[in-house]
Amino acid sequence: MESRNAQLAVGFFVIIGVLALLFLGLRAANTSIGSNGETYKLYAKFDNIGGLKERSPVKVGGVVVGRVSRITLDGDYYEPLVEMTISAKYDEFSNTSSVSVLTSGLLGEQYLGLSPGFIDDTVEMLDDGDYIQDTKSALVLEDLIGQFLFSQGND
Amino acid sequence: MLDKVAALGKSVLDTIAGAGQAMVMLLRALIGKPQLRKSWPLLMQQMYSVGVLSLVIIVVSGLFIGMVLGLQGYTILVDFGAEQSLGPMVALSLLRELGPVVTALLFAGRAGSSLTAEIGLMKATEQLSSLEMMAVDPLRRVISPRFWAGFYSMPILAIIFSAVGIYGGYLVGVRWLGVDEGAFWSVMQSNVEWGQDILNGIIKSLVFAFVVTWIALHKGFHCTPTSVGISRATTSTVVTASLAVLGLDFVLTALMFG
Repeated sequence: MESRNAQLAVGFFVIIGVLALLFLGLRAANTSIGSNGETYKLYAKFDNIGGLKERSPVKVGGVVVGRVSRITLDGDYYEPLVEMTISAKYDEFSNTSSVSVLTSGLLGEQYLGLSPGFIDDTVEMLDDGDYIQDTKSALVLEDLIGQFLFSQGND
Repeated sequence: MLDKVAALGKSVLDTIAGAGQAMVMLLRALIGKPQLRKSWPLLMQQMYSVGVLSLVIIVVSGLFIGMVLGLQGYTILVDFGAEQSLGPMVALSLLRELGPVVTALLFAGRAGSSLTAEIGLMKATEQLSSLEMMAVDPLRRVISPRFWAGFYSMPILAIIFSAVGIYGGYLVGVRWLGVDEGAFWSVMQSNVEWGQDILNGIIKSLVFAFVVTWIALHKGFHCTPTSVGISRATTSTVVTASLAVLGLDFVLTALMFG
């Protein structure tokens, strides 16, 4: 009988453990993008990616549609090449779309802002592996100050 | 002079011999034909005394550590107007570090010391020898179920600790200090990763469970079978296991998040 009580208590113990794991998994962690669901890849070349990191979000109007999956240097000119993994739910971007490196808030993380382009008969949709041509690089504070001083000097 | 060198040599040799003894004990206890019908009730009994009875101290300390994290984090973050980041701060520090580490330290003090004392007393009162006289292998009968019970219980305890701690942080941050509830959970969700944070925390606690239980059983099984010897072995279990946990934690953190 004592053995049965012990088994009952251990059973409840394991159940509490599983419930706690479910709480952590569903309430505390994000389960939406990256871990599950169909995705496709887009590429973009920048002059400067600033503080962009792998796993930074890709947003359209503030809504996360994917994540940066890889950052490498590409080509003869050593341009930063960013690989984005986009959820297949959002696969209707035209090749006139543009991406820019943006910062959330004053001190926040950097992310990629994707602006969907116009659609008419002459433009094609972006498919898996395509490059986004229209890119805007990160703002670097020192460059801004340099440009400011230079333009002051011309006056 | 030479005596001192000899003493140094002796302590090194003793340490190596102890590590070897511990290894042999573990291998002999774990390798062999599994006898599920016999070992299942023993495992349940041990999981009850090692795991279930540790639940109260784990839940209470988890709640208070979560509440302290919420309070301390809030007073710092509110200066920067970043009190929405309280959620990920509490969740990440619990899941990555405090959950596995504090659970392992509490486990070493609560369950590890009792394992050492129990086995040490069995040795001192020659119960282990009697088992061998009856052709029952004490390693299989006494050590093996206790090892598996500790190995399975501690990750579960660490998960419960983290969950209760996050709830404690929520109580203080949202209910008391007035952080926005939606921001608390959503910013937490956008920063905590299933594989990177939760899974790595569980891997950490599995490693700690292995080390703490192993040390506790080894110290008990190879103690000097006197009352002084048992008391020394119990102390040494808590000290060695705590140091091993803290040292391993640095190595694991460097490997996982470095």
